[in-house]
Amino acid sequence: MAANKVVIQDLTLQYSDGTESLRGVSMEIRRNAVTVLFGPAGGGKSTLLRCLNRLNDLTEIKASSGKVLIDGENVLDPKTDVIVLRRKVGMVFARPVVLPLSIRENIVYGLELAGEKRKSQLDQAMERSLKLAAIWDEVKDRLDDPAAALSGGQQQRVCLARVLALQPEIILLDEPTSGLDPISTGKVEAALQELKKEYTIVLVPHSVQQAARTADYAAFFLQGELIEYGEGKTMFTTPKQQRTEDYIMGRFG
Amino acid sequence: MDKSLTWREFVITRLIQACCYSAILFVLLIFFFLLREGLPALAEVELESLSNIRWYPIEEYFGILPLISGSLIITLGAALIAVPFGIGTAVYISEIAPRWMREILKPLVELLGGLPSVVLGFLGILIVSPYLRTLLDLPTGLTAFTGSLLLGGIAVPTVVSVAEDALDAVPRAYREGAWALGATRWQTIWRVTLPAARSGVLTAVMLGVGRAIGETMTVMMVTGNAPVLAVRLASLFSPVRTMTATIAAEMGEVANGSVHYHVLFFIGMVLFLISLGVNIAASSVVFRAKKRAERILS
Repeated sequence: MAANKVVIQDLTLQYSDGTESLRGVSMEIRRNAVTVLFGPAGGGKSTLLRCLNRLNDLTEIKASSGKVLIDGENVLDPKTDVIVLRRKVGMVFARPVVLPLSIRENIVYGLELAGEKRKSQLDQAMERSLKLAAIWDEVKDRLDDPAAALSGGQQQRVCLARVLALQPEIILLDEPTSGLDPISTGKVEAALQELKKEYTIVLVPHSVQQAARTADYAAFFLQGELIEYGEGKTMFTTPKQQRTEDYIMGRFG
Repeated sequence: MDKSLTWREFVITRLIQACCYSAILFVLLIFFFLLREGLPALAEVELESLSNIRWYPIEEYFGILPLISGSLIITLGAALIAVPFGIGTAVYISEIAPRWMREILKPLVELLGGLPSVVLGFLGILIVSPYLRTLLDLPTGLTAFTGSLLLGGIAVPTVVSVAEDALDAVPRAYREGAWALGATRWQTIWRVTLPAARSGVLTAVMLGVGRAIGETMTVMMVTGNAPVLAVRLASLFSPVRTMTATIAAEMGEVANGSVHYHVLFFIGMVLFLISLGVNIAASSVVFRAKKRAERILS
């Protein structure tokens, strides 16, 4: 099995409204590791994430070129089945989007969409994914309560569990803890460290501190360009580029 | 604060207040006028006679059931046409159409909503009813069904416009959440977007129905205006007469203060109560949905 789950080759993308863009980004994302994409706002981090599961299809795009290979297959190819791709590449958003349903229904929702009807299968998947997302103990006695009644931190872990229930191979997280208190943030980060044993994780953190805490590999983005990419430990102690150092030290951004 | 500024504040607040009160006052006045002119009908004509199935005012037969049934069957037919078409169009505009298409369609639909109903009635008489007559081999093309078709057409823009706004207000995050879980476009629309916009879509339906039930000109022109009790399915394809058409057609010729005059106002009261009922039903649905949302989110 190749060490690189995802290979990005010379990816360039520009939105129609001229906001965020990517310019000639090439990088590899390792299997069973947390890869962190960080940098100031508008740098292209979220755009890159959204290329990996083709969520950008639904946004107005002016121009794009390059390749994103997942397990060797170019997912930007128009022939790719995006529904299958999105089940394989799960995503957690900045704001927890629980659906207006019970906790149980939220978790099994994706599986139901995929056509799974057997209750035993659904229950099993629900318990497994809630445990993986480190929230099983908090909700196991009230699975039929509305998910919206949970706290923000719990909701976000329910969203994570919902993604895990589909048994994806890659999990994308776009500032998953930006709305959470430090304790909830800690729980989500701890869950990620467990999860990376089985999954490939790509995280856009909401602070440099979080990037430093969680990164096995880190990529620094500035205005659509990949400035520096390497092991997390090295990057946050001895960055090679001046601009990376400036950002990490808080001199701009 | 500056004294003149305080004074201005005071005047503006009072003016706005006066506007609000006068609007309520006018509605109340209309209601009282209706009651004053309509209630005597109950004293002059026996209830039994009012609930009869014959409407021949010249011969003192004041049975309003045919008129109520005519209004209801046409409105029902119009709703059956307008709701699926309206919601379908709204979903297409808001969820499926590319942006340039949306920018053409939305104003077009709203323009359609501004079409004078007499123009639609005109088209109904000249095109729809002869066509229906030959197509379905009916003695006349002026039927309840013709009225339903056209009223449906009148209600569609209302339904589309309100439902589209409601769908548009659903946060993008909901849709992205569903897409990211591997939902197809249809699954997203049917299981996420539409349920999330439910209260707005229901309001759209109610407003459309309200529009249809109160419509006068078109139905007067295309339904044949025969006051026959319409309760069977076959009555859909025979002429009927609605409450609104009756009032519009006869009010001009009636002697002021006569029994007939009072009964016409009584019909107006019934119509008013029906639309009030529809409106209350609509707002209570919206209110319940809001309450529920508040309870969940608190």
